[in-house]
Amino acid sequence: MPAPQPLCVMDADKIDRALTRIAHEILERHRDVEDLVLVGIRTRGVPLANRMQDKIRSIENRDIPVGILDITLYRDDLTTVGPHAVLKETKIHFPIDDKKIILVDDVLFTGRTIRAALDGLMDFGRPRLIQLAVLVDRGHRELPIRADFVGKNVSTSLKEMVQVLLREEDGKDEVLIIQKPEARTSGKSRDRSAARAAR
Amino acid sequence: MLEGSDRTREGAARTRGSARPRPAGRRPAARPAAAEVEPAARPGEAKGEPEPVARLAHRHLLGMLGVTAGEITLILDTAKSLAEVSTRAIKKVPALRGKTIVNFFMEPSTRTRSSFEIAEKRLSADTLNFSPSTSSVVKGESLLDTARNLEAMTPDMIVIRHKASGAPHFLARHCRSNIINAGDGAHEHPTQALLDAFTIREKKGRLAGLRVAIVGDLMHSRVFRSNAFLLKTMGADVIACGPPTLLPPELPRLGMQVTYRMDEAVEGADVIMMLRVQRERQRGGAFPTAREYYNLFGLTSERVRRARSDVIIMHPGPMNRGVEIDSAVADGPYSVILDQVTNGVAVRMAVLYLLAGGTLGELAG
Repeated sequence: MPAPQPLCVMDADKIDRALTRIAHEILERHRDVEDLVLVGIRTRGVPLANRMQDKIRSIENRDIPVGILDITLYRDDLTTVGPHAVLKETKIHFPIDDKKIILVDDVLFTGRTIRAALDGLMDFGRPRLIQLAVLVDRGHRELPIRADFVGKNVSTSLKEMVQVLLREEDGKDEVLIIQKPEARTSGKSRDRSAARAAR
Repeated sequence: MLEGSDRTREGAARTRGSARPRPAGRRPAARPAAAEVEPAARPGEAKGEPEPVARLAHRHLLGMLGVTAGEITLILDTAKSLAEVSTRAIKKVPALRGKTIVNFFMEPSTRTRSSFEIAEKRLSADTLNFSPSTSSVVKGESLLDTARNLEAMTPDMIVIRHKASGAPHFLARHCRSNIINAGDGAHEHPTQALLDAFTIREKKGRLAGLRVAIVGDLMHSRVFRSNAFLLKTMGADVIACGPPTLLPPELPRLGMQVTYRMDEAVEGADVIMMLRVQRERQRGGAFPTAREYYNLFGLTSERVRRARSDVIIMHPGPMNRGVEIDSAVADGPYSVILDQVTNGVAVRMAVLYLLAGGTLGELAG
């Protein structure tokens, strides 16, 4: 079947520059990195958080801890979305009480993932503040949530999907906009409202 | 006295059962050889582990018979992730918020029921406990009527333990809820087999190719049946052992090695699974005395020495100390009996979680 050509909106260089800029912005806002921690949301928030840790290390010569959060158990659509991703472990091996948390994800879309992540973090303690860093903000929020650090704003339609490929997971760095195939929902789809409508 | 009997049996050393593939190496020789083979075997085994499927094929968990290797891996992988929840300061996630789960236990149970209840609570489900003393069953209500009345209160899942084999299957035909078998008569106890598999995988890194000796009253044991089906599906070798009066006759047909000699069963074993002598299910004298049973089939330190040096010893509980297992072994370094209990919570969380997630898809399909 002739799928429309995916549109590349960020290549490896652009992704790297955006992460460098975000790292600088984080340090600009948080002069004191003492209580700063990064928490990556599975799956692709994790390599992004690791890369930000590297950037901050090379700028500031300080290692800040990175945690991993799986939000599957906090989703609001357990019984409405069909096959769900296999649950992976959450690994936050440091206390988050009174810490400044930078939550890291690849794409900010409806905001429901972030809502779930906030709920998840609260179960681990009471952080001083939580800020959100994303590589791509594609709009179409369904909840009052915004990002504090954004790699790139991309305007999209609901018929499109934004796919972030990272070399740690996918072998290469690229952000693509893909026309959604008709009707059948794909496992990679981030568009849950449309997935629900299709049912 | 015990050692005496041991020596006699050893001395007897009759020709071994034909089902035994291993060379008849005696204790000192067998162990180092096995240890050498091990490192080479492991990486291949790890790769050979079945891929987890995306979801369970059925909306009920009634038994391990027919559950595929991919599904078993899915449940065990999910349980591994869920185990983390029990290590948190706040041991609760909202995954099953608003789901109502009925624990319908028509047979006494402490371990399984509390394990299910904790699993349900850690997933934020609302739970209702139902036991014979508090139910109308004592007033003569039939299982079907009880089930219909339960269903009328629209629960999402029913966890059932019943003395009659097939009771969960009966419920599954008449109920909309997801049914989980928590032990039916002498038939199956799938979550026990899953938590045993989880524990073995945790300690050994794999299931395929392991030599698992299961010893005891296999005739009346639902734990044995579920474990046998699961272990066979996952490619482990099962050696069944017990008194002839307590071994089901059809075992060899299921591809299992059978022996009436305890020493033979534990020889070179990676896992020894001891089962409870279920006096309450036995009619008449399956064996003369508990003391004789202990002498012939009890797991003692001497017998443990015949197994692999990294053997793990399991028991589903409740234990009859001094009947099927010696206290020194039950509390000894090879025992993983309490790990089994801990893992039970994670495995049951995984089963509940996966069945809840599958509800709509199954109904729509």
